[in-house]
Amino acid sequence: MLLEVKDIHVAYGDIEAVCGVSFSLEKDELVSIIGANGAGKTSILNSIMGIFPPRKGSIIFKGRDITAMPAHQRARIGIRIVPERSRLFPRLTVYENLLTGVYGLRKKIPVDKRISWLYGMFPILKERRGQLANTLSGGEQQQLSIARALISDPELLLVDEVSMGLMPKLVEQVFGILKQLNEEHGLTILLVEQNAFASLNISTRGYVLETGTCALSGSAAELMDNPRVQEVYLGH
Amino acid sequence: MSSYTITIGTIIVIQAIAVCGLNVIVGYAGQISLGHAAFFGIGAYTAAMLSTKAGLSFWTALPLVIAIGGFIGFLLGLPSIRVREDFLAITTIGINFIVEAVFRYVPFFGGALGIGGIPRIVFFGERLKGMTFLLLCLVFLFLVLLVCWWLTRCWASLACYAVRDEESAASTMGISHVRFKLLAFVIGTSMAALAGSLYAHYMQFINAGDFSFPVSVGFLSMLVLGGMGTIWGPVIGTLILGVLPEIFRPLVDYRILFYTLLLLLMIRFQPGGLLGEESAMRRVLAPILRRGKA
Repeated sequence: MLLEVKDIHVAYGDIEAVCGVSFSLEKDELVSIIGANGAGKTSILNSIMGIFPPRKGSIIFKGRDITAMPAHQRARIGIRIVPERSRLFPRLTVYENLLTGVYGLRKKIPVDKRISWLYGMFPILKERRGQLANTLSGGEQQQLSIARALISDPELLLVDEVSMGLMPKLVEQVFGILKQLNEEHGLTILLVEQNAFASLNISTRGYVLETGTCALSGSAAELMDNPRVQEVYLGH
Repeated sequence: MSSYTITIGTIIVIQAIAVCGLNVIVGYAGQISLGHAAFFGIGAYTAAMLSTKAGLSFWTALPLVIAIGGFIGFLLGLPSIRVREDFLAITTIGINFIVEAVFRYVPFFGGALGIGGIPRIVFFGERLKGMTFLLLCLVFLFLVLLVCWWLTRCWASLACYAVRDEESAASTMGISHVRFKLLAFVIGTSMAALAGSLYAHYMQFINAGDFSFPVSVGFLSMLVLGGMGTIWGPVIGTLILGVLPEIFRPLVDYRILFYTLLLLLMIRFQPGGLLGEESAMRRVLAPILRRGKA
């Protein structure tokens, strides 16, 4: 088991956003968590990354309890996040933003090779490499955010609402890249999405989150066939 | 050069060293500090105590002064991990007042009378004053600028810029924001302590009032005017705000009003400072610089 989340509770003041969610990820899986606004999806990702600690419960990565580990150390042991709304460093160039992803890694990484690989996957970034990140369009920013997370060769990629604010064609492209990363490079991905159809389409398994609790879980095909999911999330 | 010009020049160079230190904290790491004069004062008092009471020379005391300045900077940088922006500004103002009060009311530090009889710096048997002291200060300013330049070139700067713009995103990249904020505080306050030491040996008499809150505001004004996060900004800003009051000496009563107006105008029209990324001056200079490189 690569990642195991056991009964986590996340609360902001008195308001519980996540009340006792458990799930797990095997290596090489692509798993989606879908749910409406305020279901607690982002809170779960943030506690896995270590940005906001859970109030209760534990998070186990590669057999090691990391619940109390600060975010920057989790980044070093192979967890990376593509945060909601990209969160780039606005006053650094595209190239420098990519470089920040290698920061503090213990293992040696062929940086130039990784960067040309990423430029191959996202050609627009190569074209814009000298530009400041805040001059990029929304779609370009999302691509840079993914590339910045990928450069470190992570073992677990957390992806938060990557489809938000992207035009449908770009959504297709980005999801295509995630699928390719999972299938061809064996990258384990945890996808958090409102766009249930697009994300279940590329996933092996999924979880449906409703107001802080896990309402349903199963294989992606099962979930897509589930009448309740169809009604609420797929608009059938 | 007349001794008047040399005096003004020396003060400007010493202040520029302190403002370079402030630039590391505010410009590189993005941590607002309105208490920089406290560290300038800590450097000056440490140098003064070590030379008058312990009988050390400027040179033997210097590593100690810088180490103590950096260490206290480290301690006072700790709050910056917990508080941000306007709260950090208020905290640093508080630090400035506390440090000044300690100097003023603790008899060990000379109390309200300050510390006098600080010896001049001796360099190869020669007591430095006037032009030679100015040269020494310029050498130190050059070294400080070298450190700043090196900082913008190395890994630490990328990390600092990352922490400045997006703290939590930086942490997800494996950058510990705690470490880089503290590093910036330590380097910045060490530079202020160096400037303080030069100041003490130049004035030969110091008193708590030399390191009060308005001095901090002055430092920040110089930095904002020159351009935060640039290499030469602190020097240009200090030069302008150091020379202007001399030219407009008759208007001395309106100095604070003038500073305020200047800060407001800068923030409104040139938020990056005179040498900032999108400033008018950079636009004028850019073609010339590019030609110089080609």
